[in-house]
Amino acid sequence: MELFHDVKIDWLGKKWYFLGFSLIFSIAGLLSLFFWHHLPLDVDFRGGTVVRVKFADKPNLDLIRSAVNKAGLKDPRITQFGAAANNEVLVTLSLGQTSEASLDQGRAVIESTLTRNYSQAGAQNQGKLDLDNVSRGGLATWLEQKDPEHLGVTDAATARYQQQADAVMSYRDSAEHSGILDSVDALRGSVDPAVLTALEQGAYVSGFHVQSAEIVGAQVGKQLQKQAILATLYSLLGMLIYLWFRFELIYGVAAVVACFHDTLITVGAFSLTNTEVSLTVIAAILTLVGYSMNDTIVVFDRIRENLRLSRREPLADLVNRSINQTLSRTVLTSGLTFLTVLSLFLFGGEVLHPFSFALVIGILIGTYSSIAIAAPMLVAYQDWRAGRGKTAALPAAKKAKV
Amino acid sequence: MQKNLKAKTVAIIAVLIIFVFGIFGIPKGVSGSALKQALAQHINLGLDLKGGTHLVLQVMVDEAVGAATDSDVGAIQSDLQQNGISGVTVAKPDPNKPDVIQLTNVPADRATDISSVLNSRYSSRYDITPGVNNTWTLTMKNQTELDLKQSALDKAIEVINQRINGLGVSESVVEPYQLGSYQILVELPGIDDPGRVKDVIQSTARLETHEVMAGPWPDQQTAMQAIGGMVPPDAELVQSIAGASNEGSTAEWYELKKVPVWGGTDIRDAQPGHDQNTNEPQVTFYLTNAAGQKFAQFTSANIGKQMAIVLDNRVREVAVIKGEIHDTGDISGGGITEQYAKDLSMLLRTGALPASIRYLQESTVGPSLGADSIHQGVVASIAGMAAVMIFMLIYYRGAGINADLALILNLVILLGFMGFVGARLTLPGIAGVILTIGMGVDSNVLIFERIREELRSGKSPSAAVDQGFKHALTTIIDTHVTTVVSAAILFLFGTGPVQGFAVTLTFGLLANFFTSVFVSRVIFDASLSRKLHGEPISI
Repeated sequence: MELFHDVKIDWLGKKWYFLGFSLIFSIAGLLSLFFWHHLPLDVDFRGGTVVRVKFADKPNLDLIRSAVNKAGLKDPRITQFGAAANNEVLVTLSLGQTSEASLDQGRAVIESTLTRNYSQAGAQNQGKLDLDNVSRGGLATWLEQKDPEHLGVTDAATARYQQQADAVMSYRDSAEHSGILDSVDALRGSVDPAVLTALEQGAYVSGFHVQSAEIVGAQVGKQLQKQAILATLYSLLGMLIYLWFRFELIYGVAAVVACFHDTLITVGAFSLTNTEVSLTVIAAILTLVGYSMNDTIVVFDRIRENLRLSRREPLADLVNRSINQTLSRTVLTSGLTFLTVLSLFLFGGEVLHPFSFALVIGILIGTYSSIAIAAPMLVAYQDWRAGRGKTAALPAAKKAKV
Repeated sequence: MQKNLKAKTVAIIAVLIIFVFGIFGIPKGVSGSALKQALAQHINLGLDLKGGTHLVLQVMVDEAVGAATDSDVGAIQSDLQQNGISGVTVAKPDPNKPDVIQLTNVPADRATDISSVLNSRYSSRYDITPGVNNTWTLTMKNQTELDLKQSALDKAIEVINQRINGLGVSESVVEPYQLGSYQILVELPGIDDPGRVKDVIQSTARLETHEVMAGPWPDQQTAMQAIGGMVPPDAELVQSIAGASNEGSTAEWYELKKVPVWGGTDIRDAQPGHDQNTNEPQVTFYLTNAAGQKFAQFTSANIGKQMAIVLDNRVREVAVIKGEIHDTGDISGGGITEQYAKDLSMLLRTGALPASIRYLQESTVGPSLGADSIHQGVVASIAGMAAVMIFMLIYYRGAGINADLALILNLVILLGFMGFVGARLTLPGIAGVILTIGMGVDSNVLIFERIREELRSGKSPSAAVDQGFKHALTTIIDTHVTTVVSAAILFLFGTGPVQGFAVTLTFGLLANFFTSVFVSRVIFDASLSRKLHGEPISI
């Protein structure tokens, strides 16, 4: 099977369309970055508090909002997380509501507010243990104090109750239950009957479970922002140097411009869709910088190879021919990577969504740019040199054979 | 050729076995659950998959500088006294400049004496400059200050490490956090309720004994009035806990001598125990030899006076010195619980933090989320891998099998390597694995496309394979180098989960270089060797 057999597309003839396409997306992204959504930043960069809570039943977002508000936290942002059927909610507090002096205060208030307002059963559970939110250590200590198996204060008792606590946790936190028990009785069979009786008397299930909490002070947020920008710039610089060393400076410049174009459009897509940029998104963008360089290198390699073989052919034709010769592999490799990234986007879960979104956009744009931006830049450079009356020939390889 | 091929095949199988061992070790059985357990033992999961807490804390290193200059203030005072110079005020003029000491009210006729005292004993650590009106300013040397701060950070890491171990948190990580200055990263796997650990980490547990100069007063205002509206430079006002002076007393204020008789670093041991009379929990501490001698001198010289035991800037106990005390004391009363006595004695044993700390970042992932993430990651990996493998089979037929075998070996080496070096698999790390599948197969595509081109130009199958591998090699090196450069930068600048991504991507691509260039070639050669010369290959 073959997809592209002997194609003869005049890529350079379409350069104005490409330029227009790139400009539209770049400018749309830039406009959104400066005037519309700006760059939505994840809590890691922005600072603040994000608590992710899973509920047993469909949560009432307004109720949570007003309860958290009443507890003294200003302007909490309550949003559904992932598919509605998951019953997951993000409670987000701004940096202003996250003091560095007592970093986890916001989280504590959110948890106690939920316990007060959102427990399945209210007053009769006062003072009881919430099995949906207790930690392993907390449960083990609780059991040790209650001592339902009458083991006394011994090391053996400690070990026994830790093991029982582990049994509860591994049942509750399995992928199947996601941290929420249907009832205390659901543990029947998983724990010792005496322990179960003690739990039924002294514990309850609240119907919500705090899955994760991320609290970032202002200082760390700023540090990470700086690092992310530096990392992106360093990796672009690294690519420039590598290509300079492998080819000639102009090849490096063309590839880095194409890469910058990819980065800009990808970041612009985050702004346009109002998706938060997180640390993993930066990781995705840096990976794209490396990856989109690959296609460019393949095309450049072929251009250089062809330059050595036929020095008389006009550069535009030669570049066209090089692109067409490598088109099959460019489309195939990008397409296959795209397949895996797509499966990540579809099945990889909500946490990785922004990451896979960056890769999905970036791989498409990266492939496009190596054909539509990087290669035409070489021709444009030659034309520019010719216009200034210098030698028209594009520098070929430094070495005859690599 | 044939013999060479055999050797290469043996090498590949050996690699396969070694890395499968890296993933599973020697499992207890071949059942699904036994394999799963073996896998869980060999592949380390990151905090985002296992559940746990990640903390970033700032060490307030300026305090360590302040403590050093504080003790030098005391030292200068006693040096001047020994040289018979009196009336000089030694103090730190600006609270925002912990590194500056100033001498004022210097008698004009003793300027040379003071200069020689200061220069002989303090010039190695301070820049000493005389000022107008007979003042002297000592500014700590830059290098001295940096050394102090660094040693405060090192000490803090050591202390926090001991404390966390004391709490029995296994596999914890305490290390300098490179993204900030004088910050520490603490990782606590399996802890999703970090409250108590955080309290224990943060408590400075600075236990000191001070001479009581005056007091007590019921509140700060009264205290200020009583001492004339200004705290003398060598003293400080400290609040006590309730019941510090006697049973039933309320929280009061005392004026204490600023420089302690002994301090946090002078404790040799501390043990929880019970008061012999009341059977209430208490903590008994023991001083080092040097501090014990100092304490004995002080107590024998100050019989009848009051001294205060101060813990974390709160007076815990005020007692009248009745006789010489050597090297031991108790902390009791004030509603100490068994748990507190246990924690406090552990804290005192591990020593005081050299400076207080502040939490900058805290992220907690519950184990349920990790289980979900692993499940989704595995589904996405299998879906992506299946899509790629099926495509390769359809598009390249025979050679597709080759690529698929190479791909499987690629993953085995990647995971086995992670198992061997104990690298942590994080959620972005799983994404790195998936991306490795996509990028790894790129190398095969490069080679196969080139072979097809060579075949089209009329070369024989074996020549085409040979040329295909040769020509594609440069490109494969390029693509690997560019991606690994990106990953390396990520590793340097990233934090835990992102570093996990960089690690899997790098390992994956390195393994890919071996599988796509070497293993694929061997499979081609093996299939070519079974064919007649010139018989077409399936690609």
